[in-house]
Amino acid sequence: MCGIAGLFLKDRKLEGDLGAMLAGMLSPLNDRGPDSAGFAVYGAEMPGHLKFTLRVPQLFDVEPLLKGLREAVGAPLAHRHHDTHIVASIPADREAPARRALQAFPEVTIVGCGRRMEIFKEVGRPDDVSRRFGLKRMTGTHAIGHTRMATESAVTTNGAHPFTTDEDQCLVHNGSLSNHNAVRRELIKQGLSFQTENDTEVAAGFITAKLRGGCSLRQAMESSLGSLDGFYTFVIGTKAGFGVLRDPIACKPAVMAETEQLVAFGTEYRALVDLPRIESAKVWEPAPAIVYQWELH
Amino acid sequence: MLAVDLAHSSVRELNATLHRLAPGGNETHWRVLNPRGQHAVAVGIEQPVLVEIEGHVGYYCGGMNKLATVIVSGNAGQGVAENMMSGKVWVKGDASQAAGATGCGGLLVIDGNASARCGISMKGIDIVVKGSVGHLSAFMAQAGNLVVLEDAGEALGDSIYEAQLYVRGKVHGLGADCIEKPLEEAHKANLRRLLDAAGVNGSVDVGEFRRYGSARKLYHFHVDNIGNY
Amino acid sequence: MTSQSRWIHTPPRKSATFDEASVAEIRRAAATGLYDIRGGGAKRKLPHFDDLLFLGASISRYPLEGYREKCATDVTIGSRYAKAPIKLKIPITIAGMSFGSLSAQAKEALGRGASAVGTSTTTGDGGMTQEERRHSSVLVYQLLPSRYGMNPDDLRKADAIEVVVGQGAKPGGGGMLLGQKISKRVAEMRVLPEGIDQRSASRHPDWTGPDDLEIKIQELREITDWMKPIYIKVGASRPYYDTMLAVKSGADAVVLDGMQGGTAATQEVFIEHVGIPTLAAIPPAVQALQELGMHRKVQLIVSGGIRNGADVAKALALGADAVSIGTAALVALGDNDPHLEDEYRALGTTAGAYDDWHEGRDPAGITTQDPVLASRLDPVVAGHKLANYLSVLALETQTIARACGKSHVHNLEPEDLVALTVEAAAMARVPLAGTNWIPGRSETK
Repeated sequence: MCGIAGLFLKDRKLEGDLGAMLAGMLSPLNDRGPDSAGFAVYGAEMPGHLKFTLRVPQLFDVEPLLKGLREAVGAPLAHRHHDTHIVASIPADREAPARRALQAFPEVTIVGCGRRMEIFKEVGRPDDVSRRFGLKRMTGTHAIGHTRMATESAVTTNGAHPFTTDEDQCLVHNGSLSNHNAVRRELIKQGLSFQTENDTEVAAGFITAKLRGGCSLRQAMESSLGSLDGFYTFVIGTKAGFGVLRDPIACKPAVMAETEQLVAFGTEYRALVDLPRIESAKVWEPAPAIVYQWELH
Repeated sequence: MLAVDLAHSSVRELNATLHRLAPGGNETHWRVLNPRGQHAVAVGIEQPVLVEIEGHVGYYCGGMNKLATVIVSGNAGQGVAENMMSGKVWVKGDASQAAGATGCGGLLVIDGNASARCGISMKGIDIVVKGSVGHLSAFMAQAGNLVVLEDAGEALGDSIYEAQLYVRGKVHGLGADCIEKPLEEAHKANLRRLLDAAGVNGSVDVGEFRRYGSARKLYHFHVDNIGNY
Repeated sequence: MTSQSRWIHTPPRKSATFDEASVAEIRRAAATGLYDIRGGGAKRKLPHFDDLLFLGASISRYPLEGYREKCATDVTIGSRYAKAPIKLKIPITIAGMSFGSLSAQAKEALGRGASAVGTSTTTGDGGMTQEERRHSSVLVYQLLPSRYGMNPDDLRKADAIEVVVGQGAKPGGGGMLLGQKISKRVAEMRVLPEGIDQRSASRHPDWTGPDDLEIKIQELREITDWMKPIYIKVGASRPYYDTMLAVKSGADAVVLDGMQGGTAATQEVFIEHVGIPTLAAIPPAVQALQELGMHRKVQLIVSGGIRNGADVAKALALGADAVSIGTAALVALGDNDPHLEDEYRALGTTAGAYDDWHEGRDPAGITTQDPVLASRLDPVVAGHKLANYLSVLALETQTIARACGKSHVHNLEPEDLVALTVEAAAMARVPLAGTNWIPGRSETK
């Protein structure tokens, strides 16, 4: 199973510390999720551009990839390397050619895509994963992170959370769904594709399908209560904030804390102990079967 | 009074020290600093000592407590005072799920709110929650008393056996075989005793509580009860 | 000849689908409106150890001489974390069975028999009795969803702790004890009203999932000062994942109970249709341990249908460190014995088929709380019989191991086995006898 950490900053002065704070939140969650880790950071937007977070295999020669993207984009390519991941900024009107160019590299995975969102995930102990990606130096307004103990699917990078559901959106999950195979078959009929046997990937796909069908995020999350069976705490990252939902039985733990400066989510209180002014924070548990959302204004 | 700082000592060292206390010894007052949400703090104590924990604790604080008084000046995670045998655990903040789970004796007091499944499978513990309790509280509760000064969530007392439940606020829903029962003088006296033990002053009128307990219709498997299973 | 004799008489023909048992059950359900409850494990024929054979020594391998050349049977459980791991003289333990489902005399007999041969017994879904602790030299204490009788004193008196997630007869189900067996003493231990039908939880009250199980195990270690091995018991369902997760949660040992594993009482449909055979469960569990580098470091104890030394040897050959017996132990004590046939007939059954243990009318005095019936079981005599049986199991295991050239029963390995059927070959992952073929896997030399 898993550990989840989420952090939403109300006070802009803390944005420079976002990554360091999230790394500190993930550290105590190593034990309950030792297999792999991942996080989504919502940082600066380059106007008119989309950020693609790409994962490449070890020892991959990135030059042909970068060349292919530069040609698709028709301009110099702003990009950053973080261990096995590359964040490339693509002009939004060149998204389609960029995606076509990427198809020439089947070993390269698009981990996430968004105006603000960057997703990083890898197999390994969460503290090592944080360190490899340089999480401590990342900045932004909000982030969600996840530490994984695989239950029924393999420990692979693709199986790690977050799973991206749409542009600037992603989902992490603690729990175990029980009807995901049937839901997956339905979603495949609706045109979605899946890379893993993972139940969380199905939940992410479910939300994506609902959003594409015109639902708001709140409506999509509410409809999962009727359609997804099993035990879950979902934390969903969006461009403007994050959402939280626990299943009606609510056996999987969830703690929230709010101060004037931030809203935080942790699977255990231990994830929250080092946050600024936590001693005077309002600490509570989200109620089951209720959608919570926090958004920037 | 002895202090242990969990920023420098481990929970394991703390518990080992508390377990080594001899009966009748004079190390009877302990302060624990910087718990920072750690799990299994002050578990399995067997002596009538006082342990004051300054801060929030993780899961199972005071688990299987015997005779000791454990005071948490903060919030408690899942399963606080689980399977307590005797003594007292007092949480000054809120408690997470399964507070007092399977407790056999002693008194658990929560000044704030308790979450879902408060008193689940309780077997004789007394629990007083000054705030509200979440859903499925007193699930399969066998014996003991649960007193709630504010509200109770859905499915209160589902599949309850002989535990007694007293709620002063709103009950959002009753579980299978749990019904309201008359509040008589003996019950009021019981309530008064529990509230006094929990440090709730006399301004709370015991007459404002409603009592809930087992309808005892599920005590034998019968086809007519099929809807309850 | 008349026109009628031209027609050939059609003999009456019963349906294989609507067979006698199915049809009788439909009638019973129609009469009572309640599911059928019984004790024991899955009774239908399943792929099992009988479908496997050992390849004894001949020219390419050499056997050990009986008696003179040692074939050791000792096993240590719980070396991963515990300060005081359990050392057993034989790799056969007594599985968890509650006082409540069994009489106090039966529990005492189990303790006496197991202690005489240097192995362990296990408490059940009802807590630890004094007699049991006194008579068992090694006692494993179960932590179940119900937590009946759970207390820190018994936790500290135990030699090991077994966190029960489930059992083979009913993976996903909880305990069941009906009113006729909730005697005064049982009721007191469980804090229940006397004579009611006990309802039981199927999940633990204060943790759900392996991530929280890890924290629960930590608490149990803290309470017992890290002395005792902690086992995790699961009913065979998804043994590969369950074993992985048990290891990741911090288990010292995994106890894996196949669908042939018995229960005191549960719904017949649960027993026969939920959970997988013991044979099919072992290789995935061993694979999980091997992939984690934990084979022989986190011990695997297998139960569910162990009857003789051949079963023990086969389970060990497939990778188990030890086995556990429940039903077989009760039979050794005298359960379902033919000398009580008249009384079985009076109950509407026959020796060997009696499984209405939940009714508490066992003429052998084993699965009953009735003091008159229970007094029929002499714990000393029954304990002696169990000790005999356990000794035979160990001797049979050694005989087979020696014939395969092993000086320790743990040196039995899958390559010592072949299968008689395609199903057994596929489940046990050993070749069909006389071939190199393991169904589902490519041909190997």
